[in-house]
Amino acid sequence: MNTTPTNTNELGANHESTPSLFSTLRAAIVLFAMLSVITGLLYPALVTGISQSLFAHAANGSLIERNGRVVGSSLIGQSFDSPKYFWGRPSATSPMAYNAAASGGSNFGPNSDALKSAVAERIAALRAADPGNTNVVPVDLVTASASGLDPHISRAGADYQLARVANARGISPATLAAIVEKHTERPMFGFLGEPRVNVLLLNLELDNAR
Amino acid sequence: MSATLQLIVYLVLLFLLAWPVARWMSAVMDGRFGWGVRIERVLFRMAGVRADMEHSWKSYAFGLLAINAIGLVAVYAIQRLQVFLPLNPEAMAAVSSDSAFNTAVSFVTNTNWQGYGGESSMSYLTQMLALTVQNFLSAATGIAVAIVLIRGFVRKSSSTLGNVWVDVTRITLWILLPLSLVFAVLMSAQGVIQNFKPYEKVATVEPVKWQTPVLSADGTPQRDAKGAPILAEQRSDTQTLAMGPVASQLAIKMLGTNGGGFFNANSSHPFENPTALTNFQQMLAIFLIPAALCLVLGRMVGDRRQGIALLAAMTTVFIVAVALATDFEQQGNAALTSLGVDAIASVTQPGGNMEGKETRFGINASALFAIITTAASCGAVNAMHDSFTALGGAVPMVMIQLGEVIFGGVGAGLYGMIVFALLAVFVAGLMIGRTPEYLGKKIEVFEMKMVALAILIVPILVLGGTAIAVVTEAGRAGIQDAGAHGFSEVLYAFSSAGNNNGSAFAGLSANSPFYKVLLAIAMWLGRFGVIIPVLALAGALAAKKRLTPSEGTLPTRGPLFVFLMIAVVMLVGLLNYVPALALGPLADHFAGFAR
Repeated sequence: MNTTPTNTNELGANHESTPSLFSTLRAAIVLFAMLSVITGLLYPALVTGISQSLFAHAANGSLIERNGRVVGSSLIGQSFDSPKYFWGRPSATSPMAYNAAASGGSNFGPNSDALKSAVAERIAALRAADPGNTNVVPVDLVTASASGLDPHISRAGADYQLARVANARGISPATLAAIVEKHTERPMFGFLGEPRVNVLLLNLELDNAR
Repeated sequence: MSATLQLIVYLVLLFLLAWPVARWMSAVMDGRFGWGVRIERVLFRMAGVRADMEHSWKSYAFGLLAINAIGLVAVYAIQRLQVFLPLNPEAMAAVSSDSAFNTAVSFVTNTNWQGYGGESSMSYLTQMLALTVQNFLSAATGIAVAIVLIRGFVRKSSSTLGNVWVDVTRITLWILLPLSLVFAVLMSAQGVIQNFKPYEKVATVEPVKWQTPVLSADGTPQRDAKGAPILAEQRSDTQTLAMGPVASQLAIKMLGTNGGGFFNANSSHPFENPTALTNFQQMLAIFLIPAALCLVLGRMVGDRRQGIALLAAMTTVFIVAVALATDFEQQGNAALTSLGVDAIASVTQPGGNMEGKETRFGINASALFAIITTAASCGAVNAMHDSFTALGGAVPMVMIQLGEVIFGGVGAGLYGMIVFALLAVFVAGLMIGRTPEYLGKKIEVFEMKMVALAILIVPILVLGGTAIAVVTEAGRAGIQDAGAHGFSEVLYAFSSAGNNNGSAFAGLSANSPFYKVLLAIAMWLGRFGVIIPVLALAGALAAKKRLTPSEGTLPTRGPLFVFLMIAVVMLVGLLNYVPALALGPLADHFAGFAR
């Protein structure tokens, strides 16, 4: 190695080295390779090992089983459009809604005409499914989520749909309201998160209760 | 109210966590930890590195460039070859050459601009061995440069700044790796997935229906007699859930302020950020090292209030930005309210502008995240910035344009802020007619030249790139939204690339070769075009004597200096970008009233 010890540092016996091209490249390549193995292979493998042995359910996608069949994940929303189910957030994933292999939002700007016509269509669809309902529509029910996979709607969004679902299922609104209340999650410590309802879990419970 | 509470709790926890981390970082950088030194000695022997040898700023810069250039080649090669490599259960094809090049530059420069959807284009091996590795190494590069700049102030009449290989290795193995390991396990316990399984196909409760255009033999859509495209009904009874080793990549994506999501939807994807609590922890992870580095500066120069002054300036601007963005987003989109939408916050809904936001995060946690990720040069998103209101989206854009110094990227935020501090003492020196000093070093002509270079290169890239894009056909082709918002999309893209942030107004179709190449150039020059002047600055400072403060020295740790520093950051940032911001977000905002 081509080095020139000059010891000009008052802090201690440090030497300036003017390394050769070869020694710089060797150090860069060898360290890159070893740090790659450590951070790119060993580290993910270690995290996988720990999480699979301690909390495999969470690490594998919080999957829900019904009668021995996987029917979804409690974290990932699904598409619903029958009146007897609560509907989730609109989803902008392609080619179909709630495509959990290609997440994403609409990315429409606030003044976009496409956004306005999409929202108008969604309001019309909600009204058509429930003509008697004259309430204003909670904003989350007609705007696409960021991931396109949002599992939740706001509590207001569930309340808005309550009469329609109760009607379609022939159950009393009060009974349904109690089930919705059971599925309502509130902000943690009063400030973390928003009042929300997990649509898939709620709908699964409705089907089970039948 | 809950937004204020969230911000207060956030800041208190951040500073409480930054304190021990700063202590640990100082110890590691000084080599004051016994067991690790023995392990790294093995690595150094294999690499032919003599840990006691130090480098001049030029050798240091050359070393950093070398390891980053190797990273560039490796990330490119792994993407191109992923189809032949293991851990590819979904049989992802080779990434196209222009996309692979753009992604390689993006991850090496700590930008993590993503022209691809992770779950639809990258194999598990690529995510780990190419992208996760660069998340570590680009973060280590940034931190190393910041440490070297601090050494420039600490050392007296020295021609060396430290050993580049020792610094990069120590930062990676003893700072980033342990923090990431803890954070990744914490995340996966709460629902962030971590596995190597093939994508999970589940039977859904209701079938999903959609329409696709019917194509003729030549691939164009068939049309009926009236000229409308013929659509075929499609239906699926299953949902395919993307899987993968997400938690391990997520941890370093946040802690290293990288921001590249495992999934296309980044930290808005429920598998990457399942709850409001994980969201809060991720926000803490983004600012943890940038905040700690300010305290490291105080420790290393032997005057802790110097670091606290920088932190105070950053925090002040940050709080104002959070308040503004939260307010703009909570006001919602007037265009939708007039259609009969209820966007008023209540105990049953967040209200506000919910397009592109997740219900569990609502407005408060989305706006706070947006400011943190843009202030910190992270670029991860938990909401789609393109769908923010015109002014609500302008605030994150301004945070990027201020030069990523409000906390900033790991290392990059601190060295950027020190550069602004030098400009501040220089301006003050002109006003009082004295030679400016900072942390005991006289600031002279060469230093100011490097400061000017470091400050000016990025605005030139951002504004120049935006100008080229909007006057060329290829540039305009990528714009999604008409008018002023379309201009905002382009301006945001170049601001994000030049400042190495990586978030996007994602309506812009930036996967054309035009944007991939131009943005890659902006990312590379925006990174190393700043790092090299900063290293030269460190070299020049280290060679100087250290002065003891005299009566004529401007104190750089009190409220006056904090104010001066904020003023300089705002002045430079706004002078550069106000005309462009007027054409983009401001015009967009007023267009909202015109309709």
